[in-house]
Amino acid sequence: MAQKKKKKNALLEHDISEELALDLMREMLLYRRFEEKAGEAYAIGKIGGFCHLHIGQEAAAAGSIKPLSREDYVTSAYREHTQAIAKGVNPNAVMAELYGRSDGSSGGKGGSMHIFDAECRFMGGHGIVGGQVPLATGIAWKIKYRGEDSISLVFMGDAAVNQGGFHEGLNMAAVWQLPCIYVVENNEYGMGTAFDRVSKTEMATKSAPHGVPAHVVDGQDVLATYAFFRDLADKVREGAGPQYVDLQTYRFHGHSMSDPVSGTYRSVEEVEQAKDERDPIAILGATLKGAGVLSQEAFEQMDVEARQIASDAAEFADASPLPAPEALYKNVWAEINPNGRLFFDGRPEQGEAS
Amino acid sequence: MAVMTYREALNAALSEEMERDPDVFLMGEEVAEYDGAYKVSKGLLDMFGSQRVVDSPISELGFTGLGVGAAMAGLRPVIEFMTFNFAFLAIDQVINSAAKMHYMSEGQFPMPIVFRGPTGAALQLSAQHSQACETYYSHAPGCKVVTPGTPADAKGLLKAAIRDNDPVAFMEGELLYNFKGEVPDDDDFVIPLGVADLKHEGEDVSIITHGKMIHVALQAAQKLDKDGIKADVLDLRTIRPLDMSAILETVRKTNRIVYLEEGWPYAGTGAQIVTMIQEEAFDHLDAPIIRVTQADIPMPYAKNLEILAKPSADHVVKAVNKVLYR
Repeated sequence: MAQKKKKKNALLEHDISEELALDLMREMLLYRRFEEKAGEAYAIGKIGGFCHLHIGQEAAAAGSIKPLSREDYVTSAYREHTQAIAKGVNPNAVMAELYGRSDGSSGGKGGSMHIFDAECRFMGGHGIVGGQVPLATGIAWKIKYRGEDSISLVFMGDAAVNQGGFHEGLNMAAVWQLPCIYVVENNEYGMGTAFDRVSKTEMATKSAPHGVPAHVVDGQDVLATYAFFRDLADKVREGAGPQYVDLQTYRFHGHSMSDPVSGTYRSVEEVEQAKDERDPIAILGATLKGAGVLSQEAFEQMDVEARQIASDAAEFADASPLPAPEALYKNVWAEINPNGRLFFDGRPEQGEAS
Repeated sequence: MAVMTYREALNAALSEEMERDPDVFLMGEEVAEYDGAYKVSKGLLDMFGSQRVVDSPISELGFTGLGVGAAMAGLRPVIEFMTFNFAFLAIDQVINSAAKMHYMSEGQFPMPIVFRGPTGAALQLSAQHSQACETYYSHAPGCKVVTPGTPADAKGLLKAAIRDNDPVAFMEGELLYNFKGEVPDDDDFVIPLGVADLKHEGEDVSIITHGKMIHVALQAAQKLDKDGIKADVLDLRTIRPLDMSAILETVRKTNRIVYLEEGWPYAGTGAQIVTMIQEEAFDHLDAPIIRVTQADIPMPYAKNLEILAKPSADHVVKAVNKVLYR
């Protein structure tokens, strides 16, 4: 009884409208189906290289990015396809980038790990663990420098907190009171290494030495995550300074498409249990159905639509041309100086000064 | 022409560019209240305030990355490394973030950022504080590299570097900061990147070099002069973009080349330039090119060993005699 009542009250408790809750469900379904489609495309060789899927972590993306405004900046690591979509990047452009095609968000030159969209203020897509933390700190620096009222939010995996750049970034943000939210998407494993094997202290304590307030959030509960980030973003916008969030989540797939889901570092049972008990879509579904906001029929209809967007994206990507050979040398430099040589090989050079 | 030190010339370039463009800011260790470890930023804090002249913690990776992020978002940071020896901690952000950002985002994020500070050996600072670092940066497509050797070049090139829309490693010489020279009085004296400068003219042999080593080359040229040998001393000034036409011109003129650099020989700047000369002007060479570099060892502390390890005018004279078959 208590459980049912809690479900009914969840929307009220978090001050989230029925409409918004349904939107969050649509978003999470899209992320899930998009990533499944990417996984299929990888399996048949349409996508190459590394491909890190976000399946299981949909609430973390929707709940933290959807409360932000278009002017806010989001920076991430390499498990970022769905975060880009959450920030407004067209799913077609993301999928085409995974396919390495000319209509991709980086014209096919970035790939899965380097999704960028300057207009949506999605700032990448970075492949070196923790490397994006100082970058997002610098974006927050610019916001303060120009007196703007946007904020900078950065995602990292749990392994990133052991990198020097994480601590250097948090320290500077604290010293200069920068409007930056540092979010650890804590899925418990850095690739195949459990966090407690490589850290003597708890995740939630990592920002304390720098004087940055820490928060722990259940990242599988999209309503709680959304409400939390909505309030936190407002606080940071009003000058609360940098914040650190241990956003607890779980990855249902392997580290990347070429890694096993379980086996040497976590058991099949552990993953299966998480899928049963911690699936963010199922959790929101139970809440909304319990509250009488979403029928099974309506849910299925949403899912059909999500699958459609994902398969349209795959079709779009497949139809998009490969980058032209002339693109090879394009954009190495933002400025081709009128004097001197910039390229040092014998291939045709684009826009090169003599 | 005003006579000023290399340090004053850099300071003037910084203050003029900060005056001109409010998006330019200077960040690094000791740059503000201390006036800079080498006093390059003297007085800038008073002129521009602590939002634009910023003392950083000793966190090279962190403040370099902060600069890259600020540049992505539209500012034009000047990041000072107290010396480039400490910049190894930050090279991930320079190469993996700054140099590649424009390409991997297909042109969405230009990277107008300058990384500046002294490179190369000073006096008896031993292995970890005495090394020429330009090759690490010129190796990566996407990163420009500038090595001024005189006050005028320091001023004109720093102004150009700050205005450039690509990341520039701007590498100064610790022993040059007190060096005096004439600097044009123009209100806006800018030297474009990619233009070499013939610092001494001759027709018998070419000494090609860059950065602080131009002074060693000029010393050698004077010694050779007394011996009746006239040398071209070509100062590249920028390593990337590289003024290949000036290199080929001096090769065609003298047909005998010595390349002088402060760094190590293996895969050094000279190795690249020798390769290009043999590819593009093989028929104009009358002798194999000889390189004069630092000895292929970490820098020793003992004064006598340090002198032996550094490239000197005598080394250059010997190399010139060799390419002249004397």
